Amino acid sequence: MKLTSLFAGLFLASAAVAETPVLTVYTYDSFISDWGPGPAVESAFEATCGCDLQMIGVGDGAALLSRLRLEGSRTEADVVLGLDTNLTAAAAETGLFSPISLSADYAVPGGWSDRHFAPFDWGYFAFVHDTQLTAPTNFRDLAASDLKIVIQDPRSSTPGLGLLLWVKTAYGDEAGDIWADLSDNIVTVTAGWSEAYGMFLEGEADLVLSYTTSPAYHLIAEEDASKTFALFEEGHYMQIEVAGKLATTDQNALADQFLQFMVSDAFQSIIPTTNWMFPAVTPTMGLPDGFPQALSAEQSLILSPAQAAAQRSAALDEWQSALAQ
Amino acid sequence: MLRIVLGGVVLIALLIFSLGTALVVGLQGRGLAALSGADWSAVKFTLWQASLSAGLSIVMAIPVARALARQSFPGRQALITLLGAPFILPVIVGVLGLLAVFGRAGWISSALDWAGFAKLSIYGAPGVVLAHVFFNLPLVTRLLLQAWTAIPAERFRVAESLGASPWAYFRLIEGPMLRATAPGAFLLVFLLCLTSFVVALAVGGGPRGTTIELAIYQAFRLDFDLGKAASLALVQFTICGAVSLLAFIVPLPQTNGLGLDRVPQRLDGPRHRLWDGFWIFGAGAFLVLPLGAVLLRGLRHMLEVPPQILTASLTSLTIAIVSTALCLAMALSLSLAFARRGSLARSLAEATGILGLASSPLVVGTGLFVLIFPYAQPMNFALSITAAVNAMMALPFALRVLMPAVQETYGDYLHLRMSLGMGSWIWITRILGPRLRRPIGFSAGLAAALSMGDLGVIALFADPDLQTLPLMLYRLMGAYRMDQAAATAVVLVVQSLFLFWMFDRGGRGHATIG
Repeated sequence: MKLTSLFAGLFLASAAVAETPVLTVYTYDSFISDWGPGPAVESAFEATCGCDLQMIGVGDGAALLSRLRLEGSRTEADVVLGLDTNLTAAAAETGLFSPISLSADYAVPGGWSDRHFAPFDWGYFAFVHDTQLTAPTNFRDLAASDLKIVIQDPRSSTPGLGLLLWVKTAYGDEAGDIWADLSDNIVTVTAGWSEAYGMFLEGEADLVLSYTTSPAYHLIAEEDASKTFALFEEGHYMQIEVAGKLATTDQNALADQFLQFMVSDAFQSIIPTTNWMFPAVTPTMGLPDGFPQALSAEQSLILSPAQAAAQRSAALDEWQSALAQ
Repeated sequence: MLRIVLGGVVLIALLIFSLGTALVVGLQGRGLAALSGADWSAVKFTLWQASLSAGLSIVMAIPVARALARQSFPGRQALITLLGAPFILPVIVGVLGLLAVFGRAGWISSALDWAGFAKLSIYGAPGVVLAHVFFNLPLVTRLLLQAWTAIPAERFRVAESLGASPWAYFRLIEGPMLRATAPGAFLLVFLLCLTSFVVALAVGGGPRGTTIELAIYQAFRLDFDLGKAASLALVQFTICGAVSLLAFIVPLPQTNGLGLDRVPQRLDGPRHRLWDGFWIFGAGAFLVLPLGAVLLRGLRHMLEVPPQILTASLTSLTIAIVSTALCLAMALSLSLAFARRGSLARSLAEATGILGLASSPLVVGTGLFVLIFPYAQPMNFALSITAAVNAMMALPFALRVLMPAVQETYGDYLHLRMSLGMGSWIWITRILGPRLRRPIGFSAGLAAALSMGDLGVIALFADPDLQTLPLMLYRLMGAYRMDQAAATAVVLVVQSLFLFWMFDRGGRGHATIG
């Protein structure tokens, strides 16, 4: 059955390719997984665009940017979806992105203005654990405990980079010491969020770096109330996930159409229960029951794109050196 | 004449591929200044883990090889054959198996957890060393066993009749043999662990278990810092080069596997039954359990393999066959051109072979990327580059098998050819062909299996649409779809072993002259 559909797919695709325009979107792996937003987004957009939306998973968010640098101006991507504000300064600096203009009523804390990128969702990083576990309430306690954690590589993963900047923002010059103390708690450093979360679910670690909204997935989708997140006294670093249009795109109008679709209700209403993040524009039906509250402004940490870009390299060296010991 | 030209062309191509790419990479680099503290930690870790892995492999291989040399038991031959398997086993499959046994969710951890002890933690240095010992212990055991069986049985009989103590055995008979073979075996394993990439990628666990090879990959793929990748590549090339030079002083052991089927005739066997049994059983379990774990899990979930496995299989198969053809063409050209030259020329050819062993696939890959990038999209050449690099990596092993066979044939039959005035056609079809058929089949099998299981350059160049079987397996492991990963592992292992078997058998086939 699978085999026949595969072959049918191959032939149909080659026959249809001549007339239908193709919009290529690079995104991160979990976005296009079966349970992610990808399938619903694809059918919703294709219903109106008269095009073939091809979403290609390229590892985790930070790997997206490296990928674009590798491909340079020869990239086939028209749109990149899944960078975050910690990377937008570096991404804009490559010159690969084209300015965009969208109109939307953003619900992103702190508002939104950026020439090259538009947000599609946001959230707070947090360590997720089993409700049975008495979780630490700050990084020092976590480092002093013998709890095991899985984290992501800041070079390939946006949560990994978020954690790096979280510790840096909360501890400044002491960040290196925190990492040195955390070193023996880390089971492993994975390339992306999917790997880390998978390991956590298989019982390979006590806590995993994810989002305050992740337990809602277990609660709503699986009716399983056994997961929660550890509220940290330092506050929680925020992530705003964005998309941008490549300057080299040969589907300029279609790319604009997709970005406008991205901030529309059709797309935004898919986000909460598939990507498990706060939507960038509040959908008309609101957030589902069981979704957590946004944290207060005092509990929210975030660096501006310029600050994040300025801190990244030194923080990365600090992280690598501390963990290499 | 044609032989010399071909041999020369291959030699030059190899030099460009190895030294040339290294030079290109070197010119990109910002020198050692580009390396941070973490990079130097990776250099230190690489040397440390390679020494430890090589040391442990040898120390443990000695009792295992000795046990196999002096005990005969049912299944001995099967075990010895099995010892050859890890060499052609895709590394990523081995890692998957080790995780199933030694991982936090593995058998041993579950037992420990049940008994109230802490679970094992395999990620980081322990995992890297464990995996390297898993792959190299069998190789060293075979090398040592070969040396052991080469000791004339009379010596042991004399020793036995003189009532020699185990210490006397060791000092007078086994010690000198080990002194002659162990350093070369150490060097070989050290070199193999130096350029190991997949193991660190899968179980390195972050900066604490990063090898130079992995750091090159990260600088390239994650930071897109070609300058840093180049500087790391330079360090890697220098270390490998230095170790390869050592290989001229301490010859690397031969790996032709001859004499391993000889049944031991030792009078002292029964006295050591318990001790030897312990080592044979231990080594057997260490080898069989991880593999068994993967294959059993894979077979149970065979129907869940993702449909992409068809294209991935075909891609892998194509790369393997192209790279095998390339590798054989190079090995034959070099052997035919240099086997009859003076020893200097032979050393030169041999050195080029070792260069293949010492060149890091990722350095070559980085160099080719830098060369192609200004003119074209390097990703479009992923398949041909992978096939070429795989061929180069398998070349030293193919040369080891072919060079002596060519040399022997020329030595034995050249006079005959001269005196009979035999034409080239007859010479090739009647003398050379049949005599080389078996070594060609064997080295083709090796090259095909090695290429099939390779996950190195392809990881550097692959895009999401393009995957080989090992890459697909790695991605499934990454997504923690372990059932599907295990099922993919079964397909990969079957495909690798089938290719090896087919070529090797083709070589044995209907050869009229053994």
